Amino acid sequence: MTRRNAKAKHLALLLHRLIGQPLFRDRARTAVTVLAVALGVATVVAIDLAGEASAGSFRSSMETLQGSASYEIYQVGGLPEGLYGELARLPEPLAFSARVAGYGTVPGTRERVPVFGVDLLGDPMLRGWGGIDAADLSTLTGSRSVWVSPAFGAAPGDRIDLIFNDHAETVDVQGVLQDTQFQGVSLGRMVLADIALAQRLLDRMGRLDRIYVQVPQRGDKDWAELLRRHLPPSAVLVEAGIQSRQNRKMLNAFRWNVRVLSYIALLVGAFLVYNAVAVSVVRRRPQIGIVRALGASQRMVRWGFLLEGGLLGICGAGLGLPLGQLFAFAAVAAMGQTVEALYVSSAPGSVEIRPWTVALSVITGVGVALASAWRPAHEAASVRPTEAMARARRDYVARTSSRRWAGVALGLVVLAVALCAIPPWERIPLAGYAAALALIAAAALLAPQASASGLRIVERLFAMPFGVAGTLGARGLTASLARTAVIVAALCTATAMMVSVGVMVGSFRETVSLWMDRQLQADLYIRAEGPSTPDQSPTMDEEIAQRVEQSPHVAAVDRFRVHAIEYGGLPARLGLGDVRVHGRRAGIRFLEGPRPETIWDRLTSGDSVIVSEPFSNKHDVHADDAIKLPLGPDGVRFQVEGVYYDYSGEQGYLIGDRSNLLRYLPDRRLSSLAVYLREGSDAEEARADIVRALSGSNVQVARNRELRERALVVFDRTFAITYALEAIAVIVAILGMAGALIILVIDRRADLGVLRVLGASQRQVRRLVLAQAGMLGLISTATGCLLGGGLSLILIKVINKQSFGWTIQFHWPIAFLLAALAAIWAASFVAGVYPARMAAALDPVGVLHEE
Amino acid sequence: MPALRFVNVSKHYAVADRLVPALRDISLEIEYGEFVALVGRSGCGKSTLLNLAGAMDLPSGGQVYIGDMPTSGMDDRELTAIRRQQVGFVFQFFQLLPTLSAVENVELPLLLAGRSDARQRALEALDLVDLAGLAERLPHQLSGGQMQRVAIARALVHAPKLLLADEPLGNLDSETAEGILELMQRLNRDLGASIVMATHSMKSTARAGRVLRLSDGRMEHDDAAER
Repeated sequence: MTRRNAKAKHLALLLHRLIGQPLFRDRARTAVTVLAVALGVATVVAIDLAGEASAGSFRSSMETLQGSASYEIYQVGGLPEGLYGELARLPEPLAFSARVAGYGTVPGTRERVPVFGVDLLGDPMLRGWGGIDAADLSTLTGSRSVWVSPAFGAAPGDRIDLIFNDHAETVDVQGVLQDTQFQGVSLGRMVLADIALAQRLLDRMGRLDRIYVQVPQRGDKDWAELLRRHLPPSAVLVEAGIQSRQNRKMLNAFRWNVRVLSYIALLVGAFLVYNAVAVSVVRRRPQIGIVRALGASQRMVRWGFLLEGGLLGICGAGLGLPLGQLFAFAAVAAMGQTVEALYVSSAPGSVEIRPWTVALSVITGVGVALASAWRPAHEAASVRPTEAMARARRDYVARTSSRRWAGVALGLVVLAVALCAIPPWERIPLAGYAAALALIAAAALLAPQASASGLRIVERLFAMPFGVAGTLGARGLTASLARTAVIVAALCTATAMMVSVGVMVGSFRETVSLWMDRQLQADLYIRAEGPSTPDQSPTMDEEIAQRVEQSPHVAAVDRFRVHAIEYGGLPARLGLGDVRVHGRRAGIRFLEGPRPETIWDRLTSGDSVIVSEPFSNKHDVHADDAIKLPLGPDGVRFQVEGVYYDYSGEQGYLIGDRSNLLRYLPDRRLSSLAVYLREGSDAEEARADIVRALSGSNVQVARNRELRERALVVFDRTFAITYALEAIAVIVAILGMAGALIILVIDRRADLGVLRVLGASQRQVRRLVLAQAGMLGLISTATGCLLGGGLSLILIKVINKQSFGWTIQFHWPIAFLLAALAAIWAASFVAGVYPARMAAALDPVGVLHEE
Repeated sequence: MPALRFVNVSKHYAVADRLVPALRDISLEIEYGEFVALVGRSGCGKSTLLNLAGAMDLPSGGQVYIGDMPTSGMDDRELTAIRRQQVGFVFQFFQLLPTLSAVENVELPLLLAGRSDARQRALEALDLVDLAGLAERLPHQLSGGQMQRVAIARALVHAPKLLLADEPLGNLDSETAEGILELMQRLNRDLGASIVMATHSMKSTARAGRVLRLSDGRMEHDDAAER
């Protein structure tokens, strides 16, 4: 054996004996710490995987059959279909593919199925794909025949019923597509029809949604310039896939917010690794002194403890990766719902572990563990060899100069306030996140003082129900103040995030609820069947509005149509409203602009719009500004008359007068109708009358109250993922508390043994540890409430405002907070059950003999 | 009736699949008010005997009577009750709870037993060991001798019939040890509690009224037997 090998072997042996064996001996503590890190890593990995699947690898359903096109052409309200023929006749080596795309809804299940209209005869991108051959095409074109993907489970000759907008249709399955992918994109369930049929089914007669252009690979001709010369001015030519990039950009703020929330669990895990390694250092202080006396260098000791932290991190990362993949399956559904509710229709991709995912878990797990272990490792290295000679156990003292740390904490609070004033970067509120982090750091620095003061108070509080066990419990925690403080900081952070997110979501919900109370003034709302997303809403024939108006119950009908547009490189929505009805009856509230009556008057008199608050914030557009929208032959300049509060979506809205905007967007089909009843009319009777009048049309007629309830259900579903993330952080903290109490029991076992000798019953010892768990929980939830209040201000006034542009009124969701805090407190008692049983089962003779 | 009675007591521990005897066939009686020194080499079974005498452990064979109550067959609750009422312990390393003041340490057994006059009695016990002025001090603010006095006050505060001391002088210098020994002798005389003190010190055996010598788990010498 070479000298180097022998040295390495000796080092390994030393590390095994000094680091590995203690970790193995304290299996319960090690397992709890690893699990805490694993949960943190799993949350981060899950959010990353789910984010990629539901948003990152996202393509809107419209783009599924985009293929390898270089450019795409589109126009608000659709391209005239004649353009396709004109372009195809250009004497250039260009290939064009026309698309009509929309959704059909499966009756009963209400499942939404993408429907694509393509030029089956001439589309160069589809040539030879899917097993479609020329013989089939002869029967397909012009009939009700469609091709379906294998996922549909249909066979040639089958008939499928689908609802398109406001009408039900039956289509014949001509064939089943043989490929399940189109140029690498998974198809899922889809229907392929000839353009003419798709236009009929989707009510887009004479219009195309997109034309894709393939240009020759070679040559340096400016094809974009050439194409623009042959396009109508209102048509937009962009690089293919730009919409995906726009959507990705739009989703960026959302993904960042969710990602930052996921890091909270990891931060809580970091506190616990710190605690675990710090406790190891304290407990092995005499051993450290001995090995130092026997010749170990400071560097060796430092690296030994860093290795311990690293091992916890590696194990946590190893467990966190598969756990994260499991979490991701649940998270992808939740995130998908949020994306669909707030942004755009999408087909989530699959959850796939990639090299980056593995790297992420290792970086987060090991990185956080090493960073957390650094300070305790440094402290271990500073142990003097003479300390080995000291018999008395050295307690874990908070080596904090309280005044100095209080000063630093105050500085951090001031910094947090200052950071709140910094604007976002690319709509990402980086300074807002830093402000939240500064506030959490300030709270962590104040944790020892807060814990000491808190323990003095709760000692009296717990003395009543727990008796002497309560007093002893409080004293035990005070004696281990630094350790107590770390646990309080961890659970306080988790609680604070739960409180702040709860306050933010509760405030948002209350704001939306009040907004709906004011905004939704109509008695009934009518829209076509089928799910609606911000970029895709089903439409209905205008004749439906006329039928509704004939009802004797109806006083007025507000016709509304939404078009997806693009402004400033981001998707937005253009609403065409019946301003005379809308302005007079809907309770829109303005935050900028002249008096509402003036705004409504101006809207009816020319090219004017009002914009929503998110649109205004996103594009820095304000009242009296002029903006140019891609409408008409040359685009149209609109005067912005006012900015109004709106919480219906994150994309941002512009609303103009329908009668005026129909000049540029002549499609008269409608997205929704708001129906105002005559005074004294019975709403239920009126609804029954209208439903009868609209029989045969696939529309929903909802009462005002139902619509509000449905909106709040969607709202709650949208924010479900934020609660899930916070719950994980709390679970991590509770696990940490269980671990800390186990350590406390192990460390204080001599004292517990003495208590038993002095006459403490097993029940009293059990109650002592349970009291400690309850005290930690109470102090943490109390401090977490305070910190959470501060964080919720940052979330509402800075992070949310900068990310999404909404003004949220501050509101304390008392019931939710009380329930959440009570649950956390109860969970802290549960965390104490195992350590309490462990303490009660200690053999006093054995313990004292060891001492 | 003796304060403590061992009848053919044996105790063994299971170590790696075999039984290691710690005490073999011990029989003895200790009367109320006796001051007994228990001597023998390390590992001879002194601590095991004290553990059995203090209802901390149960014998493997034979019977241990504390007062008139046999400990065999008692559950943890009953053993705890005996410790609370009839036994006081003093340890070599004092075993004071570092987070509690002297008086709080002393009143602990009374609090655990749910006694209402704990503080008053704890102060009286401290007065007995001449530490009334240091009642509010924390253990680390006391000297070794003072800590052991607090431990003795704690052991006596609930007026036990039996005081068990495991090497109470082992961690003290000779002068302090002498003072503690005097104190124990005085308390034995004034309070009438039986004291069983495990010790290595021949000086301390001289103060005891009776000496028991253990060797390899057996009773090698008992003054009472010789008398």
